[in-house]
Amino acid sequence: MWRYVVKRFLTIIPVLFGVSILVFSFIRLIPGDPAVAMLGERATPEAIARVRENLGLDKPLYEQYLIYLGKVLRGDLGTSILRGDPVVQDILRRFPATVELALSAIFVALLVGVPAGIVSATRRNSLFDNVSRLIALTGVSMPIFWLGLMLAWLFGVVLHVLPTGGPLTTELSLTYKPLTGLVLLDGLLTMRWAIFADRLKHLILPAMALGTIPMAIIARMTRSTMLEVLGQDYIRTAHAKGLQERAVVLRHALKNALLPIITVVGLQVGRLLSGAILTETIFSWPGIGLWAYEAIQSRDYPIVQGVTLFIAIIFVTANLSVDLLYAAVDPRIRYE
Amino acid sequence: MSTAVTSPVALSPGIKPRSLWSDAWRRLISAQVARFGMAIIILFALMAVLPPLLAPYDPRTDMDLASRLKAPSQQHLFGTDTHGRDVFNRIIHAARVSLGVGLGAVSVAVLAGTLLGLVSGFAGRWTDLLLMFLMDIMLAFPGMLLAIALVSMRGPGLFNSLLAVSVVSIPVYARIARSTVLSLKEREYVTAARCVGAGGPRILFRHIFPNSLPPVIVQATLGVASSILEIAALGFLGLGAQPPTPEWGAMLADGYKYLTTGAWWVLFFPGLAIMLTVLGFNLLGDGLLRRTFATPGTALTRP
Repeated sequence: MWRYVVKRFLTIIPVLFGVSILVFSFIRLIPGDPAVAMLGERATPEAIARVRENLGLDKPLYEQYLIYLGKVLRGDLGTSILRGDPVVQDILRRFPATVELALSAIFVALLVGVPAGIVSATRRNSLFDNVSRLIALTGVSMPIFWLGLMLAWLFGVVLHVLPTGGPLTTELSLTYKPLTGLVLLDGLLTMRWAIFADRLKHLILPAMALGTIPMAIIARMTRSTMLEVLGQDYIRTAHAKGLQERAVVLRHALKNALLPIITVVGLQVGRLLSGAILTETIFSWPGIGLWAYEAIQSRDYPIVQGVTLFIAIIFVTANLSVDLLYAAVDPRIRYE
Repeated sequence: MSTAVTSPVALSPGIKPRSLWSDAWRRLISAQVARFGMAIIILFALMAVLPPLLAPYDPRTDMDLASRLKAPSQQHLFGTDTHGRDVFNRIIHAARVSLGVGLGAVSVAVLAGTLLGLVSGFAGRWTDLLLMFLMDIMLAFPGMLLAIALVSMRGPGLFNSLLAVSVVSIPVYARIARSTVLSLKEREYVTAARCVGAGGPRILFRHIFPNSLPPVIVQATLGVASSILEIAALGFLGLGAQPPTPEWGAMLADGYKYLTTGAWWVLFFPGLAIMLTVLGFNLLGDGLLRRTFATPGTALTRP
């Protein structure tokens, strides 16, 4: 087991190097002079020279990469062209909002997806099964930005029950002081129910929009693994012992079907983080997704680079954790 | 993977072999879900081919500023947008753009990915290691994110978004093609071909390539679905089609500014078009998957 863990850790190191080379070479993809592209045609030669120096474009290529790598390893992801702030500082400041949104989305997805999958599997080919499978397939076909817009329109504009965007009501956000950075949790911990309720209201729609595709995937996965498990001999034995249906399904079947479900949840991390760019843009949610969108609009390339690298690192780490979790949880799995 | 080799090549000489295509088609139409998906795709394909008949106005210039943001009526089935253009007309014209770019992106990815995978699996050793390492690096990014990053560097536009979406999905096809080659390489008919003196490229392209197609085709069908979604997402972020080109994602981006005015039709219909097209390809792909690969554990992934 430990040998496997070490081996898996060692395999991601070259991949991360490769990732850093790819992200570094992003600047090379910009047509023409990157400095001119960032500042516009009318920029003064001095300003262009300053940006070129900031990006290290005046040095040979391998040196540029080594400098870049050295900075990244020290936790420096460059500085914003427009504001001059260190990218990493802004990422860390904005990341909690994205985490809060992503966790809420996966919570919504599990809350609906797992029960739907279980019921589908136990009542195979029933009306419920067919309808829920159709909904799941529609769910994975849904452009989440469209879903988000329609939710905002329905609940925000027509029914006026939920806000169409933003992180908190303005009056409350003035008195809010971050504790963990996750506003919902902070509201709970400091027992400021007004903040908790208000944040919840602001979270529901973006979480639903971001959670729909994972929800559909989880429902499909739960259904298929449950079907597989329910066909096993030990389930027949459990039935034969006279156990109640409920106990058989939840205790005997679900427990054994959980591993693939956990895996599929772990594999949603990438989808949630890239989906956050769209969801946060629609709902003006102040996470790294919205920030990346604004950076793209204003051609602040170091921010785009930094966010891409940051998300890739999290993505690789998440996939690694899923692998290790799989090995740790299931004693049947042996790795060389 | 066992069904992947039940192709004409493996049939005994007495039976008249069905061609790969007719075999695939027979399997396909017997699946109801796939038929439904196919019907949706054909509907949208017709919209893409026949816009002059269905939607006679020019989607870019046919503006009537006097009737901006009018709700759906008999005159304008899906209402009008902020420039007074007929939304229905633009959706029909956009079908060509979205389907065309989606199919184009998948074609490029399938071509490049399959070629890389075949070479990687067939050559083995260092070539294989190096190519698969490159694929692993690309897979270290969430696909959508890498596409967004690439287009934001190269600059917005339909062509760049087509390229980005296809580059991002190359590893998926490369991996599938490679794993099929690895299992096919050891088959008797390959050994037989080698015995009669066929060279490497001939074995690869005449014997292995045709038999590695089925899993790639299934994946490509699902790939069209996700490509269309990704292209629309890029369009929505302002990175894809530029106004006034009609494209579903870009139409949503345009309508988004008027969300609070209650003009729901500029948002609802383009999104519905995206969802239905994607659903069509997902249904078809799902049906194909079920029909062609009834065996569990087939290594197919949704990108």
